[in-house]
Amino acid sequence: MTKAMTIQELLSNIKNIKAGQRVLLSGTIYTARDAAHARIIDLINKEAKLPFGLKNSAIYYCGPAPAKPGEIIGACGPTTSARMDVFTPKMLEAGVKILIGKGARSESVRDSIKKNKAVYMAVTGGVAALLSKTVKSCELIAFEDLGPEAVYKLEVKDMPLIVAVDSEGNNIFKGSE
Amino acid sequence: MKSEKAVRIIKSIEISNAVEKLCADANYLLPADVLNSLKENSGKEKGTAKDIFDEIIKNAEIAETEKIPLCQDTGSANFFIKIGKDVVIEDGDIYSGVNNGVAECYKKKYLRKSIVSDPLERKNTGDNTPANIYVDIVDGENIEIIFLPKGGGSENASALKMLEPSAGWDGVKDFVLNAVKEKGANACPPLIIGIGIGGDFASVGYLAKKSLLREIGSKNTNPYYEEKEKELLAEINKLNIGAMGLGGNTAALAVFINTKPCHIASLPAAVNIQCHSCRRMTIKI
Repeated sequence: MTKAMTIQELLSNIKNIKAGQRVLLSGTIYTARDAAHARIIDLINKEAKLPFGLKNSAIYYCGPAPAKPGEIIGACGPTTSARMDVFTPKMLEAGVKILIGKGARSESVRDSIKKNKAVYMAVTGGVAALLSKTVKSCELIAFEDLGPEAVYKLEVKDMPLIVAVDSEGNNIFKGSE
Repeated sequence: MKSEKAVRIIKSIEISNAVEKLCADANYLLPADVLNSLKENSGKEKGTAKDIFDEIIKNAEIAETEKIPLCQDTGSANFFIKIGKDVVIEDGDIYSGVNNGVAECYKKKYLRKSIVSDPLERKNTGDNTPANIYVDIVDGENIEIIFLPKGGGSENASALKMLEPSAGWDGVKDFVLNAVKEKGANACPPLIIGIGIGGDFASVGYLAKKSLLREIGSKNTNPYYEEKEKELLAEINKLNIGAMGLGGNTAALAVFINTKPCHIASLPAAVNIQCHSCRRMTIKI
């Protein structure tokens, strides 16, 4: 059964949310894909100021299409999570708790999710027009020069997700064990 | 005696204008054969897989009605072009005509710019150019342009292998199945699997890519390969990869095989994986 919940509800209940659970998630999420991850990791290594607080944050692997005039955001589906695998353990160590993207994760990422009591949530790829309807506000907050790879702060309402790797490391992707 | 053959003059700007419209339209509209195949296969699914099919079908309706791109990845811009040999292009050429149309469209129509100028330096070009342009010269006085915007996620799941001739069909099949098993889940299944066999290292990838222009439900012109397409589709769908890699009966909607003669020592094989957002559209000038 699908459960509607806020990010705060998910965070306070993270140990009880099991892989396979469908969720309609509401709250603040930050977009970051390949280039933004590389920069954030670089800032962590330099102990420099980060574009947003990573502790208890939710990251969405997404590079949205530009918004038409009068619209909040353009098409905004997920990109392939596996490309972020090289960066993810470090992001989790820095306090990120919710990862949102498409496709399977590596064993080292699943181990790190378990160790850090985090969660990876899968969203359907290629349904970006549909997902744009769940975004209620969108603000560019960092790395504008990266174009579609910049970091955007999104407020989402009832974003349809499925818990793909839970805080115990259980995984619903077929053939990735 | 000098023969006077009529030529048709087409200005480069006419090509740009046509391409500008084509790029936008193709990003909003899922082709009918793809949508029909999704609807048919949706009936074979239940649970999460069925929900995903429903989302994909709903997304296509929203995209078409509201003119929102089907996917935020509005693709690298791939063009398969046939130019009639009686056509003369003025005030530019086919390449500038197409690239100018791409740049105008991606800037004006709020499509995502997904191309970096250098593969290692990685600075965005800001207008989604340069396009990948493949030209054939044919009889006639028209230009036919097929646009295939191709997402990066499914492109990354693609592969090429130089097999030995003794590997035969079984070798090709194993290579394709391994590619799908390894990365298919990350390429937005249900997929369309484009396979090239033969030619050489450079041309086999092109064969695979070009096979993606076929409509779902169309038959291979060679009955042997028609059978092989069915065999491979059935095997891929038995892998339990399913929609978005979360299990189910439909990892792929279609398998297309394109072949070409090759060297006595070689058996080149390539698999170009296409996500379910299989956008393609044709115009004629």
